[in-house]
Amino acid sequence: MNNCTERLYNGIIKENPTFVLMLGMCPTLAVTTSAINGLGMGLSTTAVLVLSNLMISLLRKIIPDSLRIPAFIVVVASFVTMVQFLMEGFVPSLYASLGIYIPLIVVNCIILGRAESYASKNPPLLSIFDGIGMGLGFTVGLTAIGIVREVIGAGKIFGFQLLPLADTATGKAGYVPVTIFILAPGAFLVLAGLTALQNKVKNNAKKKGKKVTETVGCGEGCASCTNSACGGKIFPTGNEKE
Amino acid sequence: MGELLIIAIGSALVNNVVLSQFLGICPFLGVSKKVETAAGMGGAVVFVITIASFVSGIVYKFILANKAIMGGKLVYLQTIVFILVIACLVQFVEMFLKKSMPSLYQSLGVYLPLITTNCAVLGVALTNVQKEYTILSGVVNGLGTSVGFLIAIVILAGIREKMEYNDISESFQGTPIVLITAALMAIAFFGFSGLI
Repeated sequence: MNNCTERLYNGIIKENPTFVLMLGMCPTLAVTTSAINGLGMGLSTTAVLVLSNLMISLLRKIIPDSLRIPAFIVVVASFVTMVQFLMEGFVPSLYASLGIYIPLIVVNCIILGRAESYASKNPPLLSIFDGIGMGLGFTVGLTAIGIVREVIGAGKIFGFQLLPLADTATGKAGYVPVTIFILAPGAFLVLAGLTALQNKVKNNAKKKGKKVTETVGCGEGCASCTNSACGGKIFPTGNEKE
Repeated sequence: MGELLIIAIGSALVNNVVLSQFLGICPFLGVSKKVETAAGMGGAVVFVITIASFVSGIVYKFILANKAIMGGKLVYLQTIVFILVIACLVQFVEMFLKKSMPSLYQSLGVYLPLITTNCAVLGVALTNVQKEYTILSGVVNGLGTSVGFLIAIVILAGIREKMEYNDISESFQGTPIVLITAALMAIAFFGFSGLI
């Protein structure tokens, strides 16, 4: 397989940031009230990720090792600001519904994580494809969660009424939306269901003796998290020997 | 005074930072295995967010939005400036505590470096600007938000400690059951929404 397509496959399937690595959980939970929001957030993160990967990969020989984290943060923050203004100008309604989570892309684990673990060690072209792969993987994850929440919580998909709603006034039979799924607790519930499903698949694969990629995400404590900012520091997960 | 109280209660309970705004999920899920470590993390977050909202408020008011400097046009740099201010501040607080308050450093020190990437800190700084809070209300908002984080993470850690001996079905072990606990807590926190 070609190196570039290998990066895409790696990002979208093998190391999917949402389902396999469990990175960037804050936006994952917060903006997935509808499929279109998830898609918008995913694509804006992808744009930032591709640009910052490219820039960091180009600068990788210039940035001194001890200053790399602040340098990465400045690069990422600049691109986030640009994306923020472009969205405010061209897609104001999406910008309004994503709100504060757009500037918060800066502290998304995925971006710093890829900068640290991939872009700072690899040539620009591969880094771009790594960014596209990871970004699309994140987009797929967010959109999938968004679709589940929107269908159950409002009976819609991408704003299109999928299930005809019941009307108590006229006695019309139909779907009664479970509103809690588009409220805050629904985010936790859907993600819990999806991770449980993933555990099930993994456990089955393990029983058959297959090798599986382990979850190395924030859910397990940042000791295993690829996030560079905690790199090297011991992260207390409560499991250490005392 | 009444207004400040409303801001504090609103940010701590009604719009709880973790359970309804989903900021700081990483430490919420990662450091909540034991009440003790959860309280340590919560304490460090209270400390940093309160100071960070004060410093970022001052930087915003007197440098970025100052009419004397570039006619107040620098506000577009807020994201970059805030994240750098927070990163420097955390380093500075760490050094200061290590030097002058070793006992406090002992209990909070290990958590400090991780807080830079806690999106709640940057989130509070940006919310303060967005809602056009004064510096005082910004600090109160920061304090309220971080106390909300402390409450949520300590409750979750308490539940997780009890849950350790429970018989959980295989697929739900680990993260899924924690997420379901968080969902139930979020439902419980809906009860506060009539408060203000």
